[in-house]
Parts: sequence; C-alpha cells; structure tokens
Amino acid sequence: MLTSVQEILKQLVPIYPEFVLIAFALSVLVVDMFLNGRYTHLLGWYSLIGIVIAASMTIILGGVQGAFFSGTVLLDPFSQFFKLVFYLACGLGILIAMKYLDIEDIHRGEYYALMLFATAGMMLMASAGDLITIYLGLELMALSIYVLAGFMRKDSRSNEAGIKYLLLGAFSSGIMLYGMSLLYGLAGTTNLDGILAFLRTADLKNPVLFLSMVMLMVSFGFKVAAVPFHMWVPDVYEGAPTSVTAFMSAGPKVAGFAVLLRVFTHTLDPLHADISLLLSGLAVLTMAVGNVMALSQTNIKRMLAYSSIAHAGYALVGVAAGGQEGAASVMLYVLIYAVMNMGAFGVVIMLRKAGMRGEEISDFAGLGKTNKTAAFLMLIFLFSLTGIPPMAGFVGKFYIFKSAVQAGMIWLAIVGVLFSAISAYFYLRVIMLMYMYDPKEEFGLVQSPALALALAISVTAVIVIGVYPTPVLEFARASVAGLL
Amino acid sequence: MLKYILIPLLPFFGFLIAGLFGKYLKERAATVAVGGVLGAFVFAVSAFIDVANGTIIDENFYSWILIGNLSVNVGFQIDQLTAVMLMVVTFLSTLIHIYSIGYMHGDKGFSRFFAYLELFTFFMLVLVMGNNFLVMFVGWEGVGLCSYLLIGFWYEKKSAADAGVKAFVTNRVGDFGFVLGMMLIFTTFGTLDFTDVFAQATPQLAAQNIDLLGIEVGIVTLICLLLFVGATGKSAQIPLYVWLPDAMEGPTPVSALIHAATMVTAGVFMVARCAPLFSLSHTAMNVVAVTGAVTALFAATIGLVQNDIKRVIAYSTISQLGYMFLGLGVGAFSAGIFHLTTHAFFKGLLFLASGSVIHALSGEQDMRKMGSLRRKIKITYAVFLIGSLALAGIFPFAGFFSKDEILWSVYNAGSLGRSLWMVGLTGAFMTAFYSFRLIYLTFFGKSRMDHDVEHHVHESPPVMTVPLMILAFFSITIGFIGMPLIPHANLFANFLAPVFPHVQHGGTDHGLEIGLMIFSVLVAATGIVMAYVWYVRDTRIPDKLAEKFSGVYTLLLNKYRVDELYNYLFVDGLVHKLAGVLHRIGDVKIVDGAVNGVARLIGQASERGRKMQTGFVQEYAFIMGLGLVVLIGMYYVVK
Amino acid sequence: MIPLSWYVLLSAALFTIGVVGVLTRRNVFIILMSIELMLNAANINLVAFSHYLQNLTGQIFVIFVITVAAAEAAVALALIILLARNRGTVYVDEFNIMKG
Repeated sequence: MLTSVQEILKQLVPIYPEFVLIAFALSVLVVDMFLNGRYTHLLGWYSLIGIVIAASMTIILGGVQGAFFSGTVLLDPFSQFFKLVFYLACGLGILIAMKYLDIEDIHRGEYYALMLFATAGMMLMASAGDLITIYLGLELMALSIYVLAGFMRKDSRSNEAGIKYLLLGAFSSGIMLYGMSLLYGLAGTTNLDGILAFLRTADLKNPVLFLSMVMLMVSFGFKVAAVPFHMWVPDVYEGAPTSVTAFMSAGPKVAGFAVLLRVFTHTLDPLHADISLLLSGLAVLTMAVGNVMALSQTNIKRMLAYSSIAHAGYALVGVAAGGQEGAASVMLYVLIYAVMNMGAFGVVIMLRKAGMRGEEISDFAGLGKTNKTAAFLMLIFLFSLTGIPPMAGFVGKFYIFKSAVQAGMIWLAIVGVLFSAISAYFYLRVIMLMYMYDPKEEFGLVQSPALALALAISVTAVIVIGVYPTPVLEFARASVAGLL
Repeated sequence: MLKYILIPLLPFFGFLIAGLFGKYLKERAATVAVGGVLGAFVFAVSAFIDVANGTIIDENFYSWILIGNLSVNVGFQIDQLTAVMLMVVTFLSTLIHIYSIGYMHGDKGFSRFFAYLELFTFFMLVLVMGNNFLVMFVGWEGVGLCSYLLIGFWYEKKSAADAGVKAFVTNRVGDFGFVLGMMLIFTTFGTLDFTDVFAQATPQLAAQNIDLLGIEVGIVTLICLLLFVGATGKSAQIPLYVWLPDAMEGPTPVSALIHAATMVTAGVFMVARCAPLFSLSHTAMNVVAVTGAVTALFAATIGLVQNDIKRVIAYSTISQLGYMFLGLGVGAFSAGIFHLTTHAFFKGLLFLASGSVIHALSGEQDMRKMGSLRRKIKITYAVFLIGSLALAGIFPFAGFFSKDEILWSVYNAGSLGRSLWMVGLTGAFMTAFYSFRLIYLTFFGKSRMDHDVEHHVHESPPVMTVPLMILAFFSITIGFIGMPLIPHANLFANFLAPVFPHVQHGGTDHGLEIGLMIFSVLVAATGIVMAYVWYVRDTRIPDKLAEKFSGVYTLLLNKYRVDELYNYLFVDGLVHKLAGVLHRIGDVKIVDGAVNGVARLIGQASERGRKMQTGFVQEYAFIMGLGLVVLIGMYYVVK
Repeated sequence: MIPLSWYVLLSAALFTIGVVGVLTRRNVFIILMSIELMLNAANINLVAFSHYLQNLTGQIFVIFVITVAAAEAAVALALIILLARNRGTVYVDEFNIMKG
C-alpha cells in the first residue's frame, strides 16, 4: 500500500517540532563540512533559529492533543510544558557556549548538532507514551551528551568525564531495560496506558512488579542525579566543558523528571504508596548528600554539581508528595531551577579565558569590585538557588514544600527546609568572596553579546517569576491536568 | 492609597538612586537617602493619624502566588500595631540616617552604606506593613540580608565578615521555623492573610491535633512554636542569640538601627501580630514567656563582665528583648510592644551615644581604656546618662513605664508568673548594675586612655549630637504615653486594644502595684549604687587621699583593701566568676559549642564524603548496585 | 517447547554476569561487553515474553535495543580511543583525575 509523500507528512504533524530539530541538526552537520571550520558561530545562531521554529510549532500544536503512532507518542499539555523548558535550556545552552567554545578551541559545528539531537531526544522522552519511546528518547539524549561531555578531545579531564558518564549511563540503561522487559512480560504491553490498565486489575504484591518498578526508579534516579545514583555527577560536571555542564544540569535532568513524573505518577499510579515511600527516602538522602557535600568543595563546577543534586532532592519531594499538586510543583520547580542554574553557569563561564581556568571558587574573590554587573547577576542566581524571596527559587521551594505538607508529609517538608537552610552556607561563601574580599589580581571577564543575551533572559526570568509567578504557576497547573 | 504605598517605596527609590549613582553623587547620596526616609516618616505620620481616626487600611495589589483557589497576595495592611511600628521605624531610621552623615563622613563606602541603610528601611517597612505571612517573610528575609551586608560592611576586618556570615546562617535556622510555620498555616487555614487566619483562630481549632512522627501535637501549638523559632532567630533569644554580640562588628549606626531599635524587634512584632494564634495555646505562650525570662536574666549576667562598650549594650539588647517576650508570653501584648517602642528610643540613643564616644576616642571600644570623659564630651555624657537611666528603669524615664507594665502583668500571671517575676526583677537589678558600670568606667574615674587618643578627644559634630538630643528627649518623655494606674491614661494600651485579644488584665490592686513599682525602682537604684561603690569609689578616692594624709592613708588603704576584698570576693570572685562561668558554659560551650559542633559535624561528614567519592567508575557502579539491592530489599518493608 | 521460566532464568543469569563484570573487570572493553550482556539479558526476556504472549512489540523493542547498543558502542569506542591516546591506558581504575 503506497501512500503519497503528502500523506506521510500529514501523519508526521505531531512530531514536527522534533522533526525540525533533527533536520536542523543534520543540516548543521552538512553545512559545517563545507564551511570547513569557519563561521561556526553562525551555525550557533542557525541552530537557535531551528529552536525558535520548533518552539513556535510546539505552541501552535498546543491545541492538538492525543496519542499518535499507535500510542507511542503523546501530545498533551504536560509534554508541551516540558518541551518549552527544553527549548529554553537548549537555547540558553547554545548562547552561553558560543564564545566559550572559541576559548577552548573546540568550536565545531557538531557541537550544535549534538545539542539539537539531545534536545530532540529529551522531547521524545517527554512525549513518550510507550516504554520503547522512553528508551529511544533517553538514549538519543544520552548518546549525544556522552559525546558533548568528552568534546574537548585533547583534554584528558573531558575524556574522562565522557567515558565515566557513558559507562555508568549504559549500566543504568541496562538496569532500566531489564526492568522494562519484566514490566512488558507482566503487562503484555509496552504502552503506558496499557500498563496502567493492567495494574488497575493486577496483584500489586507481585514481587516481579516491585522489582521492575525499582529498576526503573534506579535508572531515572540516575538521570536526575538522585542519591545513591548520583556518583557520576560531580566528576562529569567538573570534567565536561562548562557550557555542556550548564546544559546537562538543566536539560537531561529536567527530561529525567518528565519521565519520572509520567511513569511514576501516571503509569504506576496504583503503586503510589510504595513509590511515595521509596522516593521520599531517596529525596532525603539526595538533599542530605547534595547539601552536605557541597560545603567542602573548592571547585565551583563541583559545588554547583552537588547543588544540582540537592535541587533534585527538593524536586523529588514533590514527586513523592504526588497528586496533581505534587506534579505541578515539580514542573514549576524544574523550570525555575533550569533558568537559575543556567544563569549561574553563565557567570561561571565568563571567568574562563585563555590562561585562566576560572573554576576555583577562590577565583570569584573580589568580583564585586572588578565586575559589578557579573557579581550582581551571580548574587541574584545564588540567592535564587538558596531560595530567598522574592527570587524565583523561593517560589519553587515554597510550592514544593507546600504540596508535601498538603500530602501529609510534614516531616519531609521539615527535612527539606532544614537542608535548604544548610545550603545557604555554601552559596553564601561565593557571595562573600565576591563582595568581601579583594581580587587576587586584576582580571577582565569574557563577554559576548550571546552570553549577555543568555544572562539577561535568565535574570529576567528569575526576577519576574519570583515577583509575579502566577502565570507560570497556572501554566504548570494546567499542564499537569493531562497527566493524571 | 498612594501615600501608603509611598511609605516603603520612598526608601526604595532612595536605595536605587544612592546605589546606582553613588559614584557620581558621592556624599550627596546622604541627602537623597535622608530625603527618602524623611518622606517615609511624613507619610507614616499621616497614616498614623488616619489610623487614629479609625481608618484601617488593608489592600491587596496583586495576587502573588495563585494555587487553585488559594492565593497569596502582595498587599499592605496598616492597623494600630503597624502604625506604631511605622512611627518607630521611620522616625528612628531618619535620625540614624542623619547621624550617619557625621559618623560615616570620609568613609570610602559612604554611598554604599546609605544604599544599604535605605534598602534595610524598605524591607523593614515591608515586614511591618505586609498583610499576610508571605509578604512579611519577604521583609523578614530582606532585613536579614541587609543586616548581613551591613555587619560585614567593613569587610577588611576578618571578624566583620565572619560575623556577617554567622548572623546570616543563624537567622536562616530561625527562618526554617518561620517557613514551616507558614506552610502549616497555609495548609490548615487555606490562606496566609492575617485577617482570614486570625478570624479562623477559634478555640475549636486549638483543640485539633496533628500527628507528627507519632506524637500528637496541637496544631495551633505547633504553628506557634515554629513561628517562635523564627522569632528567636531574628530577635536573638536563647538559643539563637549568638549572632547579635558579634554583629557589633558593623558600623555603630547600623548597630543602633538594626541591632537595637528595629530589626531585632521583628520577632517581637511577629509574635504580637500573631497574638490571636498564640493566645490559643497555653504551651506556646509559656514557652515564649520562659524563653524571654531566661534570656533576660542570662544575657544580663553576661553583660556584667564585658569590657567592650558596644558588647555591653548588645547584651543588654538581648536581655531587653527577653523582657518583651516575657511580656508577650504572659498575654500582656501591648506591654511588650510598649517596651519595644521605648526600648527603640533609649537603645538607639545608647548605641548612637556609644558611637559618639568611640568617635571621640578615635575608634577605641574597650572601656578599660576610657574614663573621666564626662567633662570632655558633655553632651554625649548627658544623653548617655539619660539612656542608661531609661534602661535601668528609673522613674520617670521611658524604660520605667514599660518595664514595670511588663513586670506587673507577669506578677499577675499565676504561679509561673510569680517565679518569672523574680527572674525579671533579678535581671532588672543586673541591668541597672551593668549599665551604670558602663557609665562609671567610661565617664568617671581616672583617665586610662592612651596619650594620643586623649589628646584628640572631641565632641561630635552637631549632625551627630542633635539626633542624640532628640532621642534623649523621647527617652525621657515617651514613657508617659503608657501611664499606669490612672484609668484611661494608658494611651498606648488603649490605642492598641483593638488589635490584641484580651487574654489577661493586670491586677486591680493599685496599692500593690505602686508598692511593686517602688520596690523595683529601689532594686534598680541599689544596682546603680553598687556599681558606684565598686567602680568609682575604690579606684579614685584612695589615690587622692594617699598624697595628703599618710596617716589616714593606711586606714584608707585598709579600707581599700576591704573594698578590694569585696572586689575579690564578690566582683571578681563571685559575680565575675559566676558570670564568667555562665558566659563560658552558656555562650561558648553549650550554644556556640552546639552551633559550631553541628557545623563541624557537617563539615566532617562532608570531608568524609569526599573520600568516598574516589573517582573510580566501578565504585560508583557498585554504589548504584547497592542502592538497587537496598531498594529491592524494601519490598519486605513495604509489603 | 521450552518453558518460559527457562528463558527468564537464563536472562537473569546473563544479567547477573553482566553486572558482576561491570563491577569487577578493569579493562574498559570488557566492561562494555559486560554491559552488552546486560542489554542482551533484557533482549532475551523481551523475545521470550513476546513469543509467550504472542505479541510482536517485544521483538520490535529488541531491534531498537540492538541498534542503540551499536550506536553506544561506537561512541564508547571513540571515547576510549581518545583516552588511550591522551592517557595511554584503557584501565578504568586509572581514570580518576576527578574525585572528591
């Protein structure tokens, strides 16, 4: 049975945004070949155009809902919310990378192609309606990021980051696949709705079911950097090029939460009591390890790595709380987290220039005097990460802990707020260095229009969401409706 | 409505201008800043008059956080309590701004300093004007932030930077209580607006319990205790008071504004604001009262042996804040706020006056290197004396009225009240003693100054002394707005009456009340006399007489030796040692020890954790596998 | 007809061997092979269930897994070549510049 090209194109409408990103990625690869290493920053802007087109398509498709391709791809407000976060993360990631890649002398077109591939993978994860799609999206994202992490070919730290991430990532994929195979064996289908329908009537005490659930938890926990599956995070964050670290801390982690929410609050909802218990345990561990370990770090990227672990812990509190409120609070949180974290990395990246690595926390000494704007932006991002009102981070935390209290998990909220109080200490250390110490030597910062644009976007978002969060909050709440 | 919004906004504009254009404005930044707070003061007066005429303002601007049908608004409320606080904050802030023009003159961070002061004033006004817990919390965090920036203002001093961090972190611990209390309020009442929450605060609600890790706790009690944890952080009560003495590293006007008059009273204000909730829980009220009383006494004992002029006043602040909580805890809310108000004046005065002393002595803060200053800086001496009399609670100075109102209410608060009254009275004795020890060491006796310093002693410029005199005037007179005994003469309590629930009235036995008043004034006077004997007589008289009459000299020398024996036995031996031991145990070993101990523990855990992060991929995989096995093992726990 | 349980046991054994291999072998190549074992354990499961349930999805899944595994191997080999070039070793316990 032959169908015309037009008909095929029509069928592909629901995945047009992914399609556009892949097309742009491929064309970047081809064009880069002809440009032969020149004008690569133009490829960056070109990729940004692709992101903008894809984003507008996602918005246009906002009205289209339903399951496509035999239920493997879902279009719903939930996935659309996450896709917009991914565009934001990818766009900011590209903006802060451009100048940095020149400095590291690794400015090649593949970088942007890989970013776009990774983003397409994340979008597939958010839209996944089937275990197969989850797996494919996850691997598309992960494979691209393995390469990106090892992108500095001549730097053995970057190589090491790449191989560590790959080995552990593949290990966790193996565990996830095994869990999925068991789930398939039990439910007789890989379709998420089908599995939910099966669980509604199944014996929930089945140990195999529990085993498969736990295995999924391990691998998703790996992606969002939940303790004890977090060990890769500091090493990989430190070794990877800073622009990739920034993207990794926002994109894949948020994608991990998208899948986590979809699978654990939707598909495995009948197991909610068990999931909630296990996840709250993981959340406590994650907050504890992330916040405590961050205290003794001397490298800013490692510190932010532990901070990102801690933030995963707060978000896990929301997942553990469950329900519409819990899920919505997680969505709001990851959005805010992505913006403020990318902002912080944007400032970190400014310190990197030829002859200076700019990765030690002590390098921030006196920044408040040499570059007031950069120091002030960092101050805003760090306060937001600490959760001080009226920055966005506070709103995110407030909603998370509120949903935990509402779900009757007061103890979890207490633990969360306590650890968040500890976190003030290490964020504050950076601020103290910036404002209360003299600079070690005179240094200028690396600046570029793209970086300035990225920082402007993130700082505006942090303040606007902090002062007037209602629209975003409403958006998150509306988006979660499709999930449950 | 506009004029009410302008109250916080004017200082905010001042902050923006002084902060952004400080480079160009230089010392003119002060003009902008003073203009900002002065404008705020003018509008605050107008708001106060409106409230006095019966207009209560409660307005929402926009909805900040909207979760379903629950919303938290950005809104302001000006009722009697807020109006009082507005007056206190804007008035003192204005005076302290003016004073700072002289004090900070020539400092390289001049405009930055005024920008911070303005920002602080803005947040403080947001704190008192918020009409719900969240807006209050924004101000709450904001003042903490500014306090941190201002303590660490002279960051070249390492101790200053450390003190700033200590203040911030300790306050975060307190905030943790506030946030949790707020969450619990939100889930219990479905709103954070003061009006709605307090409207729902009924005895039926107080009977409800909540399950906290298996222990049944009254929900209102839990909320109040959590909020009170926040209050102990900001208002420097046991066990979170440790940051306040260190906070004296900041410039003196900062100590006056933030660490004496306004920010530290935020906790008192918050508890008073939540009076309808607190009065539902006996447990919470008792905790507040006992914490207040113990802090009042404890800080006073430490104050006895300090040698740094600002530290003595710092400990006296902690002690006086304890009295305020003691008052609140026995249900005498308006007495607590009254003490807050009078204290703001005389403590602001004392700090600014000590700043004037330090200014005169080119930065010297150690009282052992002062002495005989009363003839050299007369105005400062006079206002210092007024401030100390007010602090000691001598009639008719301001502190007398407010402290006695608190003590009288405490005395009438049942059997617990009687014992707390004893504690409070002992504290009052010590207060009188140490505040006059300070006066005698600083202004009387022989000069112990370095020669260079002594040569340069000078009275402060009018821009500093005029605010001092204004404050001194109020330190004498402000107390009369809270006249006791005469019916309806307590204007202050009458004004605040609509805000507070009528938990308890003072007793009606006027004879007893007068008796107790006289008694407490006598107690305070004894303290002053004792300080005189110990710090003036034994050090001055012997030296003079020794030259003229060698015969009498021996006698006096013996007498002196007796005094010295007294000194040795009581001052050094008992009081010093006891206070020293208390200071060491309480401050260093227990509280500081606990704070540092926890910090050290976490630090060690962190270092140990770093060793676990070995860099070996296979160990990482192993830990993941271990996690998987543990999760699988959870099956037997769950099922 | 081989009963389903035999397949499942085989796959469980393979999975365990894979995990143990990842945890104990030092050579990156062998670790990668062990990971392949884990993936193939899942594949055996999928095919067995697919056959047992008379449902093709499992086998489709397997095709995808095999494809992805190949891609993964390619990326891994590229990274290993870089490491071998820069560090002159393929033993994972020597990749520990970053720690703490």
